[in-house]
This record gives sequence, C-alpha cells and structure tokens, in this order.
Amino acid sequence: MSQSNQAAAVDHHVHRDDVGAKMGMWLFLFTEVLLFGGMFLAYAVYRFQYPDQFKLAALELDTTMGTLNTIILLTSSLTMALSILALQKKNKFLSIINLVLTIFFAFGFMVNKYFEWSSKFSHDLYPGSETMLNKQDGEIVFFGLYYIMTGLHGLHIIIGIVILLFMLVFVSRGSVTHDNYVKLENSGLYWHLVDLIWIFLFPLFYLIH
Amino acid sequence: MANGTIAVSEKSFYEESTNKHSGILAWLLTTDHKRIGLMYLYTISGFFIVGVILGLLMRLELIAPGETIVSAQTYNTFFTLHGVIMIFLFIVPGLPAIFGNFFLPIQLGAKDVSFPRLNLLSWYVYMIGAVLVLVSLFLPGGPIDTGWTFYIPYSVRTGTNVSLAIFAAFVLGFSSILTGINFVTTVHRLRAPGMGFFRMPLFIWSIYSTAWIQIIATPIIGITILLVILERAFGVGIFDPALGGDPILYQHLFWIYSHPAVYIMILPAMGVVSEIIPTFARRTIFGYKAIAFSSLAIAFVGYLVWAHHMFTSGISDTARIIFSLLTFIVALPSGVKVFNWVATMYKGSIDPKPPLLWVMAFIVLFSIGGLTGLVVGSLATDIHLHDTYFVVAHFHYVMFGGTGTIFFAALYYWFPKMFGRMYNIKLANWGVGLFFVAFNMLYFPKFILGYMGMPRRYFDYLPEFTDLHVISTVGSWLMGITMIIVFGNIFYSAFKGPKAPRNPWGGVTLEWHTASPPPLENFHEIPTVTREPYDFSQLEEMNDESK
Amino acid sequence: MHQEETNHHSTGYGTYILVWLALIALTSITVTVAGIDFGMVALAIAMLIAAIKSALVINIFMHIKYEEPIFKVFLLVSGFTIVVIFVLTFLDVVNR
Repeated sequence: MSQSNQAAAVDHHVHRDDVGAKMGMWLFLFTEVLLFGGMFLAYAVYRFQYPDQFKLAALELDTTMGTLNTIILLTSSLTMALSILALQKKNKFLSIINLVLTIFFAFGFMVNKYFEWSSKFSHDLYPGSETMLNKQDGEIVFFGLYYIMTGLHGLHIIIGIVILLFMLVFVSRGSVTHDNYVKLENSGLYWHLVDLIWIFLFPLFYLIH
Repeated sequence: MANGTIAVSEKSFYEESTNKHSGILAWLLTTDHKRIGLMYLYTISGFFIVGVILGLLMRLELIAPGETIVSAQTYNTFFTLHGVIMIFLFIVPGLPAIFGNFFLPIQLGAKDVSFPRLNLLSWYVYMIGAVLVLVSLFLPGGPIDTGWTFYIPYSVRTGTNVSLAIFAAFVLGFSSILTGINFVTTVHRLRAPGMGFFRMPLFIWSIYSTAWIQIIATPIIGITILLVILERAFGVGIFDPALGGDPILYQHLFWIYSHPAVYIMILPAMGVVSEIIPTFARRTIFGYKAIAFSSLAIAFVGYLVWAHHMFTSGISDTARIIFSLLTFIVALPSGVKVFNWVATMYKGSIDPKPPLLWVMAFIVLFSIGGLTGLVVGSLATDIHLHDTYFVVAHFHYVMFGGTGTIFFAALYYWFPKMFGRMYNIKLANWGVGLFFVAFNMLYFPKFILGYMGMPRRYFDYLPEFTDLHVISTVGSWLMGITMIIVFGNIFYSAFKGPKAPRNPWGGVTLEWHTASPPPLENFHEIPTVTREPYDFSQLEEMNDESK
Repeated sequence: MHQEETNHHSTGYGTYILVWLALIALTSITVTVAGIDFGMVALAIAMLIAAIKSALVINIFMHIKYEEPIFKVFLLVSGFTIVVIFVLTFLDVVNR
C-alpha cells in the first residue's frame, strides 16, 4: 500500500492512478449497495410483518421469467469479465465481441422485463389500480416494493447499457487499450454489482412459496 | 519536514488557472481544489446568511404570543426552510467542502485531490440541489411545511412542494457522497512520501472519518427520499399507513442517515480544534493516536444510536432501552477528545489569538450541548423533554455552538493562508466575545422554556413564556450584529487587509510550509515528510527558511 | 506498474466459464429448492445460496481476491454497516 502510494505521488508528471480510480469506483459501489440495502431493509421489515400476504402476492409473479432473466444477467456478467480479460491479453477483437454480447444480454433483460411488467399492468396490478387497492395491506406493500426495487434495478441496467456503449466506442477507437483499461474495468465492476443485486432480488421476489 | 519549499517568488493560485480561460470562467471550470473550496465558501456562506435571516424572522415572530409578523403557515415554512438550509446547505457540506477541499490536499502534501473533475462536478451538483430548494419555494403548491425531518404521513398528505424540495436534498446528498469518495481515495493514494497514516494532521483524520460516514450513510437518506417521492406520486404503500406502510420504518430509515449526519457535521469541527490548539499552545497534541482513533470510533458508534430520536414514536421498549444505552457510549470518544485538548493546553505557552478564542468558546458551548445531550439521550428524561425547546436548545448548542463556532474558528485560522491577507485582530476578538454572549442569550432561555413545557415548532405560546422568549429574541438581534461584525471583518480584509506572512500563527503542518496564498499545485516540489505532525522543534528552522 | 500486477494474477478464460457454470448451477438449485416446502428454512437456504453466488461474483468477476488488502477492508466495512442496520432495526420490529 505505502509503496504504491508513493509511486502515485512520485510519477506525477503522468498522473494516472489506476488503483485510485478503482478505489473510487468501489467506494461508489458501496453507496449503491447501501442504497439498495435501505430497500432490502424495508423489504425485510414488511416480510416480517406480513409473511403470509407476501407469499400470496408472490404467486402472481412469473418464476420462469425471473429465472430466465437471472440466467441472462449471469451470462452477461461472464461476457463482461471475458471482455476485460481479452483486452488484457491484447485480444481487442474478442474483447469487442464480448462487450457487444454483454450489451445484447442487457437489452434482452430489459425486453423480458418489459413483457413481465406489461402483463402485470394488463392484469390491473400496479400501484393505485383498483384491483390493487382491494388487496390486503401486505400485498399492496409487496407490489410496491416489487415495482420500486426491480424498477430501480432496471434503471441501473439502462445506465449500464449507456456506459457499456461508451466503452464499446472507447475500445474500438483505441482509447481504452490493453495497458490502459481501468475505465473498462470500472464499468465491469458496475455491471457485476447490478448482477449482484439481482442475485438477491430474484429469490426474494420470485421464489417465495 | 518540507525541503521543497524554498521561497521562490511565484504566482499564487489566484493568478494561475488550471484551464485556458480567464475571469469568471477560470473559476467556473476550474479543477483546482483551492478554487473549488473557495467557491464552496462563497455559496455556503451565502446560504448561511439566508438561514440566519430566516432564524431572525422566526425569533421576531416569537417575541410575543399570537400572530406578530407572519401567519402560522408561513411560520411552518420558515422553520422548515431554516432547518433544510442550515442542515443540508450549510452545516453538512460546510467544513468538509470548504476547508476539507482547500486544506486536505495541502496537509497531505498532494497537488490536488484524486479526482479533480469529480470535485468540480460535486460543486455543481451542490448548486443544482440548492437551486432546486429555491425553485420549490416559488412553484404553485407553496413552499414545504413539513419540518426538515419530512415525517410520514404528513409529508405524503400535504399539498406543498414536498417532492421537489426533498429531491433537492437527494441531489445535495449525491454531492456529499462524491466529495466523500474523493477524500477517502485522496487520503489513501496521495499522501506525500513519508506521510504515514500516523503522521497525518488530525484534521485529515477527522475529514477521513467524515468522508466514510458520507459514503455509507448518505445513500440511506437517498433511498428514503426516493421512496417518499414515489409514495407521493404513485401511492405505492411503502410508508403510507393507509396502504399498509409503516411510518415508523420511515423514521428508522431517516435517522439511520440523519444521526450519523450529526457526526458528518461535528467531526470535521473536532478536527479543526485539534489543529488550532497545538498551534496556539506551541505544544504537540496530547494523545495523538487517541484523538485519531476517537474520530473513527465516533464515526462507528454514531451509527448505532439513531433510534434515540424516536423514543416517543412507538418503537419497542427493548429497542428504546438498548438505544438509550448505546447513546451514552458516544460520550466516551467525545470525552477522550475534550480531555486531550485540555491536556494539550495545560502548561503550553498559550497565545490567545482569535482562532483559539473561537475554540475556547467552542469547548464551553459544545460541552453544554454534549451534556444536555445526555439528558435527552436518557430514556426517562427524554419522555418529558422530547419535542420541546430543550431539544431545540440542545442541538443548537451542538450544531451552531459546535460546528458553527468552528466554522468561524477555521475561517479565522486559515484566512491568511487562503487569501494571503490578515484581518483586524482586535475586531475579531470583539467578534468572539459578542458571539459568546449573544449565543447564550439566544439559546440558553430555550433550555428553561423546554423544561417548562414549551413545544418546538409552535407558532403560538402561553403568556407565561413571554419573558424568556423576549430575552431569546433580543439575543438573536445581538447575534445578527455579531454576524455582521464577524463576516464584515473577513469580507473587508479579503480586499483591504494587510499582506499576511507565510506562517502568521507559527503552525507546523504542511499548509504553513507553503506560500500564502499557495501556488497552483500547492508546493513547488512535493515535500518529503520526516517528522510527526505537531513537532514544534522545526519552527525556528521554518522561520529561517521563509526569510 | 499496476497493470503488470493485475495481469500477473489474471484468471484464465476457463476460470470465468467455470464460475459461470457454478452460478447457473446454484440458480437451478435455488429454483428447485424453492418448489419444496421447507417452511421457515426456505428463506435461509435461498439467502445462503445468494450469498455463495455473490461471493463468487465479488471474488472472481470483480477481482476482489487479487486487489490490495485495503479493498477487502472496505468491503467488510460496508457489509458490516448493512448488518448493523438490519440488526438494530429488527431489535425494534421484532419486539414491537
């Protein structure tokens, strides 16, 4: 630690501190974790208060869709990691292919999500709808949490797509290269975090029986 | 300590820009941490003055029972805005964003923070948040009237512009997070050669601990605010009891952030105190490591006590007892600090310059605030005093008497370094004295009022409370005059003050090794640190160097 | 200098694919187990599997295994914070 710290201070003429950049990214990810942590806390409290109504409400969710999206997201995490590794190994072509695949999977996830949400909407299951207001308290809260948490997660996917598109441009143009790839690495960290949050969202919403 | 600071007559950071522009653009597009710190100083001071004016108006309204100058609804808006502005726009960002930005890199022996552009971005994010607060006042619906705590269910039901105002708080939180990330990374990555963790000045330790709280506590308020906005917009039922939500959960989430936020406010102040006392006692700090670790300890323990704000909200008895117990633990690391400061001054050669006088005022006021904190922190007495003026007095003693006082201490300590000029010492001494008198006149009666049963946030009161309210209001006028003197002295001296030397106070931390005001990248050569932070044996050598 | 360090520890393509296979396998386990009625234990099992999955992602995909120790300390700090928040909030919720 102290060695690299000095190195960072000494070669200031080309000021580039990749470890520092990664550190900043990790700190940012912690704030994301705590952001979702607050919602998981709300989820936990309400699940404790309304255990049976949560089970009842969860029956409305489509486990197959959820599982499919889990697999899509896990695979996109793999292609993301492969993309970074390929670039490290100076295989720019493979890196780009994997980046494109990651973006493709991300879109796939969102398309899936779109169909899932619109089927809920067509069943009149959304906050404030008549069907919803006639349900029990716990069910209303469950769907409130479902929409907010998966919605915010979806928003992170969309932001991720934008970031990855930028990375695609950077890698193709050669401004992110095998000896300067911390941007791609940080985008990867963000992407894995989005995956990580889904790993918890999935069983908590789709797998209550 | 710093062999690279041979005085070469060079341009200061005022004359050299990080970008190609000149004039106002050179400031608005700067990535220099010193300029960004100054931009924070100007904007934050501006909002502080707005907050002070709101406070004066509230006091004026309360000079007599019944309606005096404004209606009840306007009064609700006043105390909400006073709270929102003072908390989110002044006291949370105040010390870290102004003095942390300006002095953290210098004290570390770095050229800038780790992410200079992000630093500028966080200033803009802060400004966007501030503008949103202002915009929310003038949109149809009317200014927010919930109090700065935005408690559910009122904040969901009221027709005022709650959503926009709390979204502003969300944006301000984002700015706070970015600053925190920047500072933690800077401390880990950019310490000068030889600057180990235990050679860092204590101000850095406190800013470092603060930055951690900013990172791990602020997201919780972020999500809480988002949930309230969504609740208002779509009726999702997360908090609204009519839809199955739990208003107490809102209070939990709110205070999970807002209690640690209290330490975001006070920790940097404690750091400044730990800088000023050794300098004016000409003595190395007593118990360096104890103070350093107590900052981390406060950051940690501050995380465990939030529900003491909710003793009368209907939380479980078990929780109330445990949170009350945990609250007392915060007194330990705070006590460690106070005793070490006093021990540092013992047998030191005290030089009672204005910054030290501010610190003395701080120690008294903060101790009163801290000790009354134990009164409201203990369960039995809090049941009686909750939501009374006693609480109002307590947190003004801690926040204004603590952090506010140190805001001025820091300003008067580092002013010569920041502006390269000196203020009028005699007037500054008067400022501190008047402040101390005005402060106690303004806030001490509130302890008695609260004890007698005057509830907080009330527009009207019983006639028997009138005398104490009048004393408090007169105190507020005196405070207003004091503020004019204190800011006026600084404002005048920034343009017309005599030139300040490199080291006017005889400090030894790195900022006193460089010119006043410092050059663009702080040092002409990155210093190599070979001594402890408060080793005053180098002072003569430093004086020779600068001649 | 940091590049060489990271390259040095780099995992091969194979490791990543193995981790991915493990993640998929764990997903199918958690879906299958959810179909069986374990009562209260079900949540614990689901969370345990999610924890194993995230450990894999954090350590391998996110490279935390190969980063400087301070990164792990940071991770512990934020993880610990979440635990503290949950425990103290439930102190109230459970006893209310």
